[in-house]
Amino acid sequence: MTESTMKAPKKALRPVKWMRENLFSGWFNTVLTLGVAYLLVTSVGPLLNWFFLDANFVGSDPSACTGAGACWLFISQRLNFFIYGFYPDELQWRVDVMFLLLAVSFVPQFIERFPGRKWLGLFGIFGLPIVGYFLIPGGSFGLEEVQSSKWGGLMLTLILAYIGIIASLPIGILLALGRRSEMPIIRGICVVFIEVWRAVPLITVLFMASVMLPLFLPEGVNFEKLARALIGITLWQSAYMAEVIRGGLQAIPRGQYEAADALGLGYWRKMGLVILPQALKMVIPGIVNTFISLFKDTTLVLIIGLFDILGTVQSTVTDPAWQNVAIEGYVFVAFCFWVFCFGISRYSQNLERKLDTGHKT
Amino acid sequence: MKKQTIDTRPAGPKPWYDPRVRSLFFQAIAIALVFWGGWILVDNTLSNMESRGISTGFGFLGETAGFGIIMNLVPYDATMSYGRTFWVGLTNTLLVSAMGVVAATILGFIIGVARLSSNWLVAKMALVYIEVIRNIPLLLQIFFWYFAVLSNLPSPRQSVDVGGALFLNNRGLYLPDPVTQEGFGIVWGGILLAIAAVVGIRIWAKKRQLATGQIFPTFKVGVAILVLVPIISYLVAGRPLEWDLPALRGFNFGGGITIIPELAALWIALSLYTASFIAEIVRSGILSVSKGQTEASKALGLPNGLTLRLVVIPQAMRVIIPPLTSQYLNLVKNSSLATAIGYPDLVAVFMGTTLNQTGQAVEVVAITMAVYLTISLLISLFMNIYNRAVAIKER
Repeated sequence: MTESTMKAPKKALRPVKWMRENLFSGWFNTVLTLGVAYLLVTSVGPLLNWFFLDANFVGSDPSACTGAGACWLFISQRLNFFIYGFYPDELQWRVDVMFLLLAVSFVPQFIERFPGRKWLGLFGIFGLPIVGYFLIPGGSFGLEEVQSSKWGGLMLTLILAYIGIIASLPIGILLALGRRSEMPIIRGICVVFIEVWRAVPLITVLFMASVMLPLFLPEGVNFEKLARALIGITLWQSAYMAEVIRGGLQAIPRGQYEAADALGLGYWRKMGLVILPQALKMVIPGIVNTFISLFKDTTLVLIIGLFDILGTVQSTVTDPAWQNVAIEGYVFVAFCFWVFCFGISRYSQNLERKLDTGHKT
Repeated sequence: MKKQTIDTRPAGPKPWYDPRVRSLFFQAIAIALVFWGGWILVDNTLSNMESRGISTGFGFLGETAGFGIIMNLVPYDATMSYGRTFWVGLTNTLLVSAMGVVAATILGFIIGVARLSSNWLVAKMALVYIEVIRNIPLLLQIFFWYFAVLSNLPSPRQSVDVGGALFLNNRGLYLPDPVTQEGFGIVWGGILLAIAAVVGIRIWAKKRQLATGQIFPTFKVGVAILVLVPIISYLVAGRPLEWDLPALRGFNFGGGITIIPELAALWIALSLYTASFIAEIVRSGILSVSKGQTEASKALGLPNGLTLRLVVIPQAMRVIIPPLTSQYLNLVKNSSLATAIGYPDLVAVFMGTTLNQTGQAVEVVAITMAVYLTISLLISLFMNIYNRAVAIKER
């Protein structure tokens, strides 16, 4: 490399050369490579055995799990519970419809040039909650009512995360506008609200929602446990959302504000027509990232006794009929979360690259 | 600016079009709404509490708690007051947070650097670690370590024995406890002396370098002093330290220091989880230092180590500190997940058991939230001070 008369580099490095440059350059790297490779080789074998080769896939009851490996049977046997919770079997088509609509509105977002994907996305944000509001609890249009205490599993996790994010968006926008307001009192109220919620852990918020909310409300008014959790999550999340959106508002060049003023637009039209459309577009990746962290944080509701996907698994791994299936259960939940979160974060990274117009300093 | 443009209109606006009047009006409404809402909440709460027979006030803090706590750093037993349970919970929260911050920082920096390693295998392993760990909920990871790993350790009688001093079983990790004997003050004196000497040498070396340009090997000499002086003073004082070894008594271990599995699981999970975020922060921080800086420092003839220490790290820290602060805050807040596995932290003890026993939700929740608010503000404050110290000094 120190030679000034180097030949043009070859397009494809030969494997040996590649290895010498990337794995064995110097004694330190060689030791590192050998050490890591040793660890990998010694751990991959047993893991592979446990996951696949020695694992049990078929059968119908715990006694079929005889091998030394994982008992995947446990997952397939209880899958219904992990996805729907206690939702009645014959009504589960309603949840399936929602899953389908969710997939239809969001999977195309990963595919560029999908016809009408913008409209599908908008339906996902505005239409889906309305459909879900009628479909999942039932009780209208001749649909049989299903108490929210029977909801559970993956379905509940998605409901919590989805409503949490959709409901916190408008509140977050208002808080962010308030924090950037020129009126000192409004700004003060918003700052205190945001900072207090952001400083406390979600679990105290959930405790507060389940213990204190009933005390705050006038007598006779009461919410179900799920609704209380949702109120807590929404308020907590809206503080985070406000900070994300504030970042976008601050990134809008001052000229945009001044131009809107010069056009004679009032405050709300200035914000609604000029500033927010630009700011919100800019912070979509940030919103997606908050969604990911909220999605992971919904597992906390199991502490106040709701059965989200982790809650359903946690309650089944302690079932005496199944011996030592904790690891299988956790691996299953981890896999579900990982697929969602990793997929969404990849999407947000793509979006960030695409929205990056190069104006940022 | 908006006000000015409208204010300078020749005729002057009607009062209800005047932005200043409007602003006052809206703020008055906002205050009224906040007070009205607050009053409704207080009124509802008071009437609800009255109808449920819940007493108000902080008198309950003096009452006897009557429940045991499995781990306490401050002396505690069931005959002590509810106020005492608050301190037990708070110290436990602070302990696991401090342990987590230290471990996550070290691990996060190592993984962040590994992510940028020229070694392909190491960089890819770091990437896999980051992408796997940060996309799995923390609570799940805590459950995994607690229910799937630590509770599957052998029972006390079959515990893993390291040299007869360190035992690992499903009741926890047992370590020897150092018990200071008479004359240990000499060792403390030695440690203080060593620290003072190192600080002194550092100041002197810096002065000398500024004056003459000669570099003194402060680091090596400093380490030597820090190691040797306490050891010598220890020997001079006649080895005033004894170890209280853990030993199997009946069905369980006694003596020594115990790290209960709840603490271990929480600590491991918090550290691993937060480390994956810190690693990404460190990586982006190091990448943010432009290549020109490294090249300039090489051109000045600085060796690799000094380039890293004097050029890259100080500039990277500016980018790293603000997001690192919020990760520390997250870690402290996430330590409240302790309640899910029964580690007696503030939320589990105070907001859990104490609240359930006394029923005084408002007071307990208010105290707990105030504590987290204080911790958050303190961490932000310290990190802001530090940030100001490392921030770019422009004239």
